[in-house]
Amino acid sequence: MVDTEPRTKAGAPRPAAKKKRAEAVRAVKSAGGITLRHRLRRDRTLILMTLPAILLLVVFAYIPLAGNVVAFQEYDPYVADNAFQAILQSPWVGFDQFQQMVNDRLFWSALRNTLAIFLIQLTLFFPVPVLLALFINSFVRPRVRAVAQAVLYLPHFFSWVLVVTVFQQMFGGAGLIAQTLRDHGHDGIDLMTDPGLFKFLITFEMIWKDAGWGVIVFLAALASVSPDLYEASAMDGANRWRRMWHITLPALRPVVALLLVLQVGNALTVGFEQILLQRTAVGPGASEVLDTYVWNVGITNGGFSYAAAVGIVKGIFGLLLVLAANKVAHLMGEQGVYKK
Amino acid sequence: MLAGKLNGRQQQGPLVRGRLRPVWEEEPTRAGLATKGVVLVGVCLAVLFPLWVVIVTSLSSVKTITETGGLVVIPRGITFVAYQELLGGGQVTRATIVSLCVTVVGTLFSMTVSVMCAYGLSRSGSVLHRPFLFILLATMFFGAGLIPTYLVVQGLGLTDSYLSLILPSALNVFNILVLRAFFMSTAQELIESARIDGAGDFRILWQIVMPLSRAVIAVITLFYAVGYWSAWFNASIYISDPDMLPLQNIMNQLVLKQERPVGLAQAINTGGLSPLAIQMAVMVLALLPVAVLSPFVQKHFKKGMLTGAVKG
Repeated sequence: MVDTEPRTKAGAPRPAAKKKRAEAVRAVKSAGGITLRHRLRRDRTLILMTLPAILLLVVFAYIPLAGNVVAFQEYDPYVADNAFQAILQSPWVGFDQFQQMVNDRLFWSALRNTLAIFLIQLTLFFPVPVLLALFINSFVRPRVRAVAQAVLYLPHFFSWVLVVTVFQQMFGGAGLIAQTLRDHGHDGIDLMTDPGLFKFLITFEMIWKDAGWGVIVFLAALASVSPDLYEASAMDGANRWRRMWHITLPALRPVVALLLVLQVGNALTVGFEQILLQRTAVGPGASEVLDTYVWNVGITNGGFSYAAAVGIVKGIFGLLLVLAANKVAHLMGEQGVYKK
Repeated sequence: MLAGKLNGRQQQGPLVRGRLRPVWEEEPTRAGLATKGVVLVGVCLAVLFPLWVVIVTSLSSVKTITETGGLVVIPRGITFVAYQELLGGGQVTRATIVSLCVTVVGTLFSMTVSVMCAYGLSRSGSVLHRPFLFILLATMFFGAGLIPTYLVVQGLGLTDSYLSLILPSALNVFNILVLRAFFMSTAQELIESARIDGAGDFRILWQIVMPLSRAVIAVITLFYAVGYWSAWFNASIYISDPDMLPLQNIMNQLVLKQERPVGLAQAINTGGLSPLAIQMAVMVLALLPVAVLSPFVQKHFKKGMLTGAVKG
C-alpha cells in the first residue's frame, strides 16, 4: 500500500494530519480493518462472478421498468427503426392513457374476471395441497409415500400447452368423455368451450398441474413437528383426530399464512399462459384477465402505451396487495414474506 | 427415503419389530385402510390415466383409432408409424431439435450465470455484496410488465433470434437465492483452508462448493431445463419465422388449433396415418424428457424447496 499521508519534512505527522489519520483509522476499522480499495482488490473475483447476473437483470428487469414511460406517451413504433429511438421520439401525453382506462368497459371486465378467478382459485385450489399433504402424511409405508409423491409431482413439470391439450383430449368435444357418452347413445359434451364453466375449468387444470407440487412445503412442515408432542398427547388420551386438530394443523399454520400472503400478492396475476391458450375457445367475455388484456391490446393490436398503462396499474396494485397481506399476516402473529 | 425420517417418527423409541407405527398409535381399521387405498389409487389415476390414453393413442394404428371412434384406452395393434413420420425430418423434427438446443444451451447459460452469482453473493462481508443482493431481491417485488419488456427485446434487435428465447427469461432470482443459501451453508472451514492452500474463487467454487451442493444443483438445473423446454410464450411473440418455432408452439398449432402438420397431409389423406395419432405423438414428444428426468431429481426436491422457503 502506498502511504498517502501528508508528512512534515521531518517525518512526524502534523497536528492536523494527526486528526485526519485518526479519522481514517476509525473508518478503516469500521470497514473490517482494511481500506475499501484493498477490499475491492480482495473481492474482485467475487464481484466479477456476480456481474453477468446483475447485467442480465439490469437489461431485462430494470431497463424495462424504465421503459414503462411509454404509458405516458402516445408510443408509435413506426417513427423510428428501433424501439429505443421510437420511445425518445414519441409524443408525451401525460395521464391520458390512465384516463382512458377508467372509462374502458373492457378493462373493468378484465379486472372483474381476474378477481373472480382469483377468488375461485383461493377457495377451490388453495386447500387441496394441504389436504393432499395430510393424506400422504397419513401413510407410514415409505414405498407408498414415495410412489404417491412421484406421481403427484409429475404434472408440475408439464408445459401449459401440454396440460391444456391433455384436458382437451379428455373433456373437449372430441375428447374421451364426449366419445364415451356418444358410444352409449348420449349427446357429446364439450366442457372446453363453455364460457360459464371456464373459470372453474382453469382452476381444475391448475389443481391437476400444481396441487401435487404444493404438497412438498406442507409435507416438510409436517416432518418438522416433534413426535414427542404426538406421544404426549396420545398419553393424555387424545385420539388421532384430536391430535390432528391440536398438533398437526397448528404446525401448518405458518406455512399456510406465508402461502396465502404470496397468493394474495399474485391476485391480479392469474393463469396468463393457460388462459391465453384457451381464450379463443370461450371468447374474451368470460376469459379476459388483466394480463391477457395487456397482451391483446399491446402485442396483438399495437396499443403499446395503453397496454403499458394497464400493466403499471396492475403492478402497483399487486405490490400494494402484497404489502397489505403481509401486514395482515403480521397482525395474525405470523411471519409472512418478510419480517417486520 | 424413510417414513420415519419424514414423519419424525424415528426417534420414537423402540418400535415393535416389523411395525412402522409407534406403540401408542392406534392401528388403522380395515375400512379406514380400504378407503385410503381407494382414494390414493383414484388420485394417482387422475394424473396417470390421461397420459396413458395419450401414449396408447399415439401408438395405435389408423384401424384401431377408427374402430374405437377416437382415443384409445386399451392398446391393440401397436405401431410406431406416427413417430416415424414426425421424426423423419420436417416440421416437428425441426421443432424438436430447436427445443432441445434451446433447452441445453439455455440451461447451461442460466446455470453458469446463476451459480457464479450465487457464489459471488454467498460470501457475506465482501464488497458490493449488499447492493448486488438488493438489485436481485428488488426484482422479486416488481415485474416490469409485458409491454416494456417486449419493447426492450425489440430494441435490442433480438426478435426472430434464438437469443430472445434464452436471454429475457434466463435468470430466476428465486433459484439464485436457493443456490446461495446452499453455498452459504457449505462449511466455511473448507473454503478457508482451500484459500490458504492458494485456491482462487473459481477453483473453490468448482472443486469444493459445487461437488458439495450436487443435490441442489441437480434440482435447479431441472427447474431451468423444464422452464426452457416448456416455454412457448416468448417464441409466440418474438419469433415470426415458423421454421424457428420450438416444439411447444408446434404442439399448440397441431393439437389446440387443429392445424394439419406441414408435409404430412398426404399420408393423412391417403389414410396411412391418423391425424389423432400424430397429435398424440407430438404430445408424447413434449412430455417425454420431463417425465423421464424429473423422477431422478425427485428425492432432492424437498431440500431445494425448503431452503428457498426458509431463507429466500
